[in-house]
Amino acid sequence: MAGKALHPVTCPLSPYFMRIELHDIHKYYGVSRANYGISLTIEPGTIHGILGENGAGKSTLMKIMAGIIRKSRGTILINGQPADYCSPEQAMKLGLGMLYQDPLDFPSLTVLDNFILGQTSTVRIRKQAFQCRLNRLSEQLGFSLNPDAPVKSLTIGERQQLELIRLLAIGVDVLILDEPTTGISDLQKDVLFNALKALAAEGKSVILVSHKLEDVENLCSRVTVLRHGMLSGNMTRPFSTEALLKMIFGTPPLPPLLSPIPPGYPILVMDTVSTIGGRCGLRNCSTQIREGEIVGLAGLEGSGQEQFLRLAAGMKKPTQGAIMLNGIRIDGRNHYAFKDKGVVFMPTARLEEGLIPGLSIAEHIALQNNRKGFGLQWSESLQKAEQQINWFHIKGTPNSPVETLSGGNQQRLLLSLLPETPRLLLLENPTRGLDVESTHWIWEQLQRHRLRQAGIVFSSTELDEILMIAHRILVFFDGRLTMDVDTKQTNIHELGRAIAGKH
Amino acid sequence: MTEMDSAMILAGVVAGAAPIVLAAIGETITEKSGLINLSLDGSILLSAMAAFVVSYKTQSLAAGFAAGAMTGAAVAAIIAVFSIYLKLSQVAVGFVLALMTRDLAYFLGNPYSRIHGPQVTPLPVPYLSDIPFIGPVLFQHNITVYGSLLAIGLSGWYVYHTSYGLKLRSVGENPVASYARGIHPHGVQMIHAIIGGLLVGLAGAVFSLSAKPGWGRPQGAEGTGWIALALVIFGGWNPVKAAAGAYLFALLQVMGIYFQGWFPSIPAQVFQTAPFPLMIFILVLMYASQQESVRILAQNRPWLKSILRFFSAAAPTALGKSFHQQ
Repeated sequence: MAGKALHPVTCPLSPYFMRIELHDIHKYYGVSRANYGISLTIEPGTIHGILGENGAGKSTLMKIMAGIIRKSRGTILINGQPADYCSPEQAMKLGLGMLYQDPLDFPSLTVLDNFILGQTSTVRIRKQAFQCRLNRLSEQLGFSLNPDAPVKSLTIGERQQLELIRLLAIGVDVLILDEPTTGISDLQKDVLFNALKALAAEGKSVILVSHKLEDVENLCSRVTVLRHGMLSGNMTRPFSTEALLKMIFGTPPLPPLLSPIPPGYPILVMDTVSTIGGRCGLRNCSTQIREGEIVGLAGLEGSGQEQFLRLAAGMKKPTQGAIMLNGIRIDGRNHYAFKDKGVVFMPTARLEEGLIPGLSIAEHIALQNNRKGFGLQWSESLQKAEQQINWFHIKGTPNSPVETLSGGNQQRLLLSLLPETPRLLLLENPTRGLDVESTHWIWEQLQRHRLRQAGIVFSSTELDEILMIAHRILVFFDGRLTMDVDTKQTNIHELGRAIAGKH
Repeated sequence: MTEMDSAMILAGVVAGAAPIVLAAIGETITEKSGLINLSLDGSILLSAMAAFVVSYKTQSLAAGFAAGAMTGAAVAAIIAVFSIYLKLSQVAVGFVLALMTRDLAYFLGNPYSRIHGPQVTPLPVPYLSDIPFIGPVLFQHNITVYGSLLAIGLSGWYVYHTSYGLKLRSVGENPVASYARGIHPHGVQMIHAIIGGLLVGLAGAVFSLSAKPGWGRPQGAEGTGWIALALVIFGGWNPVKAAAGAYLFALLQVMGIYFQGWFPSIPAQVFQTAPFPLMIFILVLMYASQQESVRILAQNRPWLKSILRFFSAAAPTALGKSFHQQ
């Protein structure tokens, strides 16, 4: 019920009644401060939103509350009593549980094993009893989970559902959810939000961390905004979007302006291409990408978009069909052949597939340098790194290892490493996990490449972003390209139906 | 080949594989927790030496086995402490210890070389040993062989059917998530490094008190540790499959002797070394089973699919990475 307003629910008769007060919480990592003197109160039986940009300190504060990070200073009061806990185990005993942004689970184990882990200490596992409990809870909350499936076969949304059920099973009264709507479908979001409302009605407290205003406005009765690790403000329902934006960003950012230009010759042509892999592979996909065109890929996670991008990048070979690049058939060749023709691929997992953890910004730039030769041109690379850091507003120094950069800054670095004149840019969730400001900045930069006649293909879980930026939208469902439409000739409702497979 | 012959070959395989089975199971249990004990080859030798010397001095086999097991556990504990609490590289510490324990075994064991010491005697199981074929294959051995058979069943049950085993697997998979669930990853790793080390130490004791009785240079256990490490991978980090790999390896070695008789024109060295390239070939199969092109090939071939399923296994995700608490 993403669109429906919700009124604050309180249930003072509830047996679980937990009021949490944070007083003057500080967290330092060396000299940098992640939290600086944050105080807030979570009332029982409410859904409390925590808003803020990337790097505002939301996750750190939540992890302190869940006991997985130790605070540097400050006190936490539970029902007025100081609670001095410093491990997730102790936090759980007190009734606090957290659903992490990247689900903290065990992909190679089954759903049932994941559910049981941490709940039992008898030698023999009473699988039957746990399975009943799992089924009962998932039924109550409207989830459907197969206990014997390995967790790696689940979507992010389903993994969250499993974690949620597990936390409830161990008797958590305060639920902390860190960016739960990142990477899940609208349908799963509705299911999740309904479950959260039901839990709040039972008297449990729910803390929802998000950088999506819409989610927080729909669900929460009270909102706390963090900015630069400090408390920026509080607000209770009804919310003023203007005021919230001001608290989050200082000044509200402007949306990017993309002027459409008439598309040119086709760069990439796919003719009845199929492949396997991922959740459902990709079958009989035919389409083309033209010069100067921005194409958005929509669909539930794992519906074929990732296969499409990897085929177009030459990271995967099709089992049938033909791929043409600049009018020449190229399928069957490897990624380097595609790269030579100016195809650039930016995967979602920045640190796993895009950057090299352990190397610094300058070293990445030196790697990018195509000049042959044995020695490294250190001074040149350092100079170039300095230049790119200024140009792309990366928060870091030439010698910062890339894994110490925040998500937004890693994305900026990846952009700075793009070749000067790419032909075709393939971007997988380029703005995932980024705040509004970074998102806009990234699209402004990409605009530059488009004006030089490059084609841009991107996937996103945010329909709004696709509608705002893409000239043309491809919708994937269950491994098929089900819709290929000009953005001007469609609307969010039609797309939503296509994504859900109701065409 | 008569039935007697094949029963004898298989009995030889079951007996000869006993120490390798123990070592492979021990190392699998350790690696399931995310730690690698690379010192296996040296630690088996050191335990073999300790077991022989202690049982010779005390004239007690039980004391010998205990000494062997404690030695293996002590070496494993050193690696665990260094990697868990001092955050050193497991591979570096393990490798150095592999060399150090080997040399230490030769140095300390030197005075006891080539002397006669106590040795485990055969103990046929009453009634069961009279069953035709199965009797001689499984039930006419000494207690160390029965112990190795018991270890296979116990380890499979422990890892896959108990809550401790589930915790063990969870720590090897994602220690941060285990920590978030109130499990102590460091404790779990420490305990299983020691349990694994105990089994590795027992493997050493089985060598010097039963399989290749006595001490000397070479003892005969040299190289077993590396094979056990390879068998862990062969078994896809499943202790039962690793034990199966140990039997396959022993079978290949025993068959080598027979092949030599049947094909006298082929040099004996070919059969002696055959198991090693075969292990590499099986690792290639395991790698191939992970490849997409092979999976496409297997789509309509059920027989190939079942082979791939046997060989498709993944290492514990957090294997070799240390977990730091924030």
